[in-house]
Amino acid sequence: MSLLEIKNATLKFGGVVAVNDLSFSVEEGEVYAIVGPNGAGKSTVFNLISRFYEPYAGEFTFDGQNLLDRAPDEVADLGIARTFQNIELFDHATVLQNLLVGRHRHRKSTLIEELFFAPRVRAEEHRHREAVEEVIDFLDLQPYRNKMIAGLPYGVRKVVELGRALASGPRLLLLDEPASGLSVEETQDMRWWIDDIRKQMGITVLMVEHDMGLVSGVSDRVLALADGAKLAEGTPAEVQSNPAVIEAYLGAGAV
Amino acid sequence: MRIHFKTTYEQDIRLFPDLWTACVYGALILLAFALPYLINEFYVGEVTNVLIWAIAGLGLMLLTGQTGQASLGHAAFLAIGCYTNTILIEQGLPFIIAFPLAGVITGVVGAIIAIPALRLHGIYLAIATIALSILADDIIVLLEPWTGGVSGKFPEMISIFGFEIERWTMPTRFYYLVLVVTIICTLFYRNLLRSPLGRAFAAVRDSEVSATAMGVHIARTKATAFGLSCMITGWAGALMGYYAGTFNNETFSIVISITLLMMIVIGGLGSIHGAFFGAVVVAFLPQGLSILKDGLIGGGVAIPGLETGVFGMILILFILFEPMGIYGRWLKIRIWFELFPFARKDMFRRQKSYLKTERLR
Repeated sequence: MSLLEIKNATLKFGGVVAVNDLSFSVEEGEVYAIVGPNGAGKSTVFNLISRFYEPYAGEFTFDGQNLLDRAPDEVADLGIARTFQNIELFDHATVLQNLLVGRHRHRKSTLIEELFFAPRVRAEEHRHREAVEEVIDFLDLQPYRNKMIAGLPYGVRKVVELGRALASGPRLLLLDEPASGLSVEETQDMRWWIDDIRKQMGITVLMVEHDMGLVSGVSDRVLALADGAKLAEGTPAEVQSNPAVIEAYLGAGAV
Repeated sequence: MRIHFKTTYEQDIRLFPDLWTACVYGALILLAFALPYLINEFYVGEVTNVLIWAIAGLGLMLLTGQTGQASLGHAAFLAIGCYTNTILIEQGLPFIIAFPLAGVITGVVGAIIAIPALRLHGIYLAIATIALSILADDIIVLLEPWTGGVSGKFPEMISIFGFEIERWTMPTRFYYLVLVVTIICTLFYRNLLRSPLGRAFAAVRDSEVSATAMGVHIARTKATAFGLSCMITGWAGALMGYYAGTFNNETFSIVISITLLMMIVIGGLGSIHGAFFGAVVVAFLPQGLSILKDGLIGGGVAIPGLETGVFGMILILFILFEPMGIYGRWLKIRIWFELFPFARKDMFRRQKSYLKTERLR
């Protein structure tokens, strides 16, 4: 059984069909990339999985459970973490605090315990810190641990956002354009990290990305979208050489 | 500049980062306890007023500074706390139970009111909460059998296991009571900041979408913040009632709400220090102004609206030149000395205020 299965998903904004009868599935342990021209509906698919949008029709199954039964804040509990295309960090908090928010789904303490900072809260905090420190080590964020997000450069913020998603200990990681706005070296780092996330941590990755170098470097399978519908699916090489994909990107007659 | 060499997680979790800071705050608390022996009774009363405002400020700070939800309705919660406490004591409950209970009831009422109100964002929420302030006045008049209506109420003398406390005849005892409540509220605030819920508050303030994606239930978190904020505000209200000695429907007017919000902006949004700094300004400004006026033009001349005018001007100047408030300025001065002579003028360029009134979602 696939980890994430989407069947006949459709989403309409008024008369605009943003996602049109789209079906695909992500297997456990693979890196699955979604590519497509601007406005193809890639981020919309992510927002559907995060339950930010209510689909018009379709089935969404994660590990055998119906995603549509879950409220947006319950999706994280299933083990789905995500990053955003335009970085959505908590600007007036430190890197450490941001990563600790990633641990929120593991919160066990109650309000009263927290008001009095009961021993259990303290013990939990230690456990959260340990998990977060592992992520900091993994992503080399040590120099920024106590820095405010508002003062950090773009590239570092991108990594912090990846870290926050990792800190939640997910089974499926949704990366919305992890390499957008990054320099060549930073993109290279990102590629290694995605590789390690899959191989060392065993986390399944679903990503939206424009950088074909990164996509063909890390992903096992690629889905090409255009106008909210599936154009092609297969290995990176297959998708890149698919005539329909080339036409969608470069226009008719280019082949 | 002190370098923190960290060897355990505990150093980030415990109340004070190092021994020095612990000593500074310890000394401050000692000073606060010794204060009645150092200054005369009139000024003890004034400092009590500062502390009561600081408690109310902490309450609103938790909501506005920490969770990013503006409220101009907190005078209503001061009133609820004050009336609940007085009515509970009149019903025969001892102070030691009635007072905490008054805060909790205010908190529950706040959380219930928050559920519909917090669907609004930014300035719309501020407008909706103004309605609360205005309604409170009328509701107090309508509920005359319980609240005493326009003629108001007098809180009974506080008695804790036979130990009597009264604001006018024993200002020192009342000061100690307020001081203990202040310390407890500050500890609650501090504990929240270092636990998951406090971080969830900051998450809701800075980005609701990603807070949701991390598993934070936005509406529930906001309602909790509102409830906790109202609980602390309720305690401040009860103490205000004792401090004033008498109160009616006009005691907790919308002006108090506005003053409270201005106070935390002037003090510095999003910090505990800010609530205290702001309280000092609010509580001492009328005294300071009247002393200044007496000195400059003689005591006989009355200038209507002087206080409000000066207060408004201070607020405008702060928003223009120091959006981080007095606490922000204090941090800058400290960093300037710590880095001397390497501090640069543009070091704080990226600063922004916490209150996102313009941003709707």
